[in-house]
Amino acid sequence: MSTSTVSNSGKIKWWGGRISPANVEYGKLMMWFFLISDALTFGAFLISYGTTRFATASWPDPNKVFNAVPGLEGHYPLVYVSIMTFILIVSSVTMVLAVQAGQRLDKKAVVINLVLTIIGGLMFVGCQALEWIHLHHEGAWWGRNPFLNYDGTAASPNFTNYFFTITGFHGFHVSTGILINIIMLIMTLCGTFDKRKSYLMIEKAGLYWHFVDLVWVFVFTCFYLI
Amino acid sequence: MSNELVLHSDVDVINEEFMHHAHGHEHHQPFITKYIFSMDHKMIAKQFLLSGIFWAIIGGLLSVVFRLQLGFPDQSFPILEELLGKKWAPGGHITADAYYALITIHGTVLLFFVLTGGLSGTFANFLIPLQIGARDMASPLMNMLSYWFFFTAGVIMLCSLFLETGPFAGGWQAYPPLSALADASKGSGAGMDYWTISMVLFVVSQLLGGLNYISTVLNLRTKGMSMTRLPLTVWALMLQAVLGVLSFPVLTAGFVLLIFDRHFGTSFYLSDIFVNGVGALSHEGGNAILYQHLFWFLGHPEVYIVILPAMGIVSEVMSVNARKPIFGYTAMIGSMFAIVVLAFLVWAHHMFVTGLNPFLGSIFVLLTLLIAIPSAIKAFNWITTLWKGNNIFRPGMMFAIGFVSLFISGGLTGIFLGNAAIDIHVHDTYFVIAHFHLVMGVAGFFGMFCGIYHWYPKMFGRYMNNTLGDVHFWITLIGAYCIFWPMYYEGMAGMPRRYYTYDTWESFKQFAELNKFISIAAIITFFAQFLFVFNFFYSMYKGRKVRESNPYHSNTLEWTTPINPGHGNWEGDLPEVHRWPYDYNKDGREFVTQVTPVEDGEELH
Repeated sequence: MSTSTVSNSGKIKWWGGRISPANVEYGKLMMWFFLISDALTFGAFLISYGTTRFATASWPDPNKVFNAVPGLEGHYPLVYVSIMTFILIVSSVTMVLAVQAGQRLDKKAVVINLVLTIIGGLMFVGCQALEWIHLHHEGAWWGRNPFLNYDGTAASPNFTNYFFTITGFHGFHVSTGILINIIMLIMTLCGTFDKRKSYLMIEKAGLYWHFVDLVWVFVFTCFYLI
Repeated sequence: MSNELVLHSDVDVINEEFMHHAHGHEHHQPFITKYIFSMDHKMIAKQFLLSGIFWAIIGGLLSVVFRLQLGFPDQSFPILEELLGKKWAPGGHITADAYYALITIHGTVLLFFVLTGGLSGTFANFLIPLQIGARDMASPLMNMLSYWFFFTAGVIMLCSLFLETGPFAGGWQAYPPLSALADASKGSGAGMDYWTISMVLFVVSQLLGGLNYISTVLNLRTKGMSMTRLPLTVWALMLQAVLGVLSFPVLTAGFVLLIFDRHFGTSFYLSDIFVNGVGALSHEGGNAILYQHLFWFLGHPEVYIVILPAMGIVSEVMSVNARKPIFGYTAMIGSMFAIVVLAFLVWAHHMFVTGLNPFLGSIFVLLTLLIAIPSAIKAFNWITTLWKGNNIFRPGMMFAIGFVSLFISGGLTGIFLGNAAIDIHVHDTYFVIAHFHLVMGVAGFFGMFCGIYHWYPKMFGRYMNNTLGDVHFWITLIGAYCIFWPMYYEGMAGMPRRYYTYDTWESFKQFAELNKFISIAAIITFFAQFLFVFNFFYSMYKGRKVRESNPYHSNTLEWTTPINPGHGNWEGDLPEVHRWPYDYNKDGREFVTQVTPVEDGEELH
């Protein structure tokens, strides 16, 4: 009959009702749409940053602003932030491993990889906190910009305004991601997912985590590289 | 992964609960989970509706107060001093500050709390699960949270009305610097803080709701309910959710930057300007226009968030009452898609006078005028649906037809406004006020009334009074035209909006009598709405009871449920769908419900 989910030729009618057209559980679908929505928030921030920067005559050189590494004397431009970025990307790798382990219903591997991901996230947020403290000591804060432009003239405070607002907003996302991962860890340890025979929640947490990493790539490019 | 696993959701919980009920254990739900923290989509819809009615009365009352000022600037109304206090209405005259506060909150409340929260919140929650054949939303919990965020946003906005310095008074768009500097005006301090917090909570509510609507429509359609068998209401409600999910986050970003400007000494929107009452600013490098871009990137889609649900409701109600299939079902969906896409490409037509590059302006003119095409297709389809129909003029149908009238007479002037060259003349005049009130404000309300009158029997198991409904319709329709049509002429003569008084302008003195006329019409129309409010609450307890499950002989699934459906909607299995929802007067049958199997040799529509 024309309304069954499988047509006469045996092909599944994905859009015919009763089944999910993309074969996705509703929560995962919501997560995808949420991520699109959140991407627009970050997009709006970065485009605002871009327009302000283009409208400003000159801008500080990130190589000179971000050139310190804790515990080391001398200038190491962008070394510290590279370490931070590396940690965050590695945490994405461990997240993938956790998701894969979840698909195998391998509880032990899920736990190990989730713990590693949480540690990676905490290290990233910790590094960010240290960087903020360092910049604050140098006199930078919302509304205050001690760094000079390329050409030696006094720079617009919007450099630090946007830097702290956007990296702060990203840091808030990473912190939320850590919180979600901790909840996932507790649920795994309690055996919630084993009872459900599905580690789908970990996949959803993973989507969020990868998104936060991806956003960092753009934030990193906009503030540290360009 | 198997689809069975994929579909695991909270809905299973409802299924269990539902089966439990069906086995005859008639246990009474406590009041608090049945009426207050309810997860039943129908109850949440009613909560949104009641909040919407509450806010509509507040928003309308505010307009009555400022219309008194505009219509009768020389007269004093002692009752205003009683109501607003000596500070805001000394001697029965509202002050200029009070006037600005009133218009700002009137706009915010009606646009966001009534026409967005009240309209789509009510009907998306009520109709989506019922019309696609689902037991509830994908996530009833998130759905409940969506309402309570909305409720909290409302409470905070309501509190701001009672601040000593008053609510925010810088216009509903909250442009900086008025919104960014606490000393710029009376309402810019605490009032603006309350306003911002309220709006951020409102955005969260919209996001939770929107994600739910989209995933419910995609994932939880019943067997046979393909996308092209969805009623147009469901299409419209899903597409408005897409608009909301994509545009509100940009507004959030704009608000975050605004909050930083207000409280953390940044200068995203502020530069070294001189502001009256504040003095020279020490900020540098910011740009107030940036806020306008971020705001209107939401602001324009927002008007479609308002109008799409109204369009969907009108299409459905019109087809049922004309006893004819909706004309151009696919064209309707296509037009809505086009509107959704174009909605994101036209925001700068609100900003032609901000110093926008004229070349860029001309691109926005072109994209704006393109929206006329899908809009005209829809208007044409409604008229052709009515054409030679066996129209039954129930109040819902009357409001549907009224909607089309308002949509056309308000929408056509959008073509004027979309042209940069004309817009420069009529920008920020009463022409704009007339345009958006007719095409979005009153038309949105008509969509809402249309839906309420039509689905009231499904919501409460009783009918509303049709005579009162007809009287309500005619007063509202004539009233709306009396209020807003003259404003076109005032606007073309250049009369600016938002002015407290026009006494000092010789050129606008000719409109004194017209303003009086508009004010009287506005007051009558406002008080006529109590016919509806009375009808609504009276019928809830005393209205004629619904005795048949499908009183309108309608095809859609909500009429296959029991007269007063419980949580879970259908007793027994979910219905199976065999055809589209618009088989009216087909093959000699007056109506063919969606659950009727296709007969041998019967051609589909």
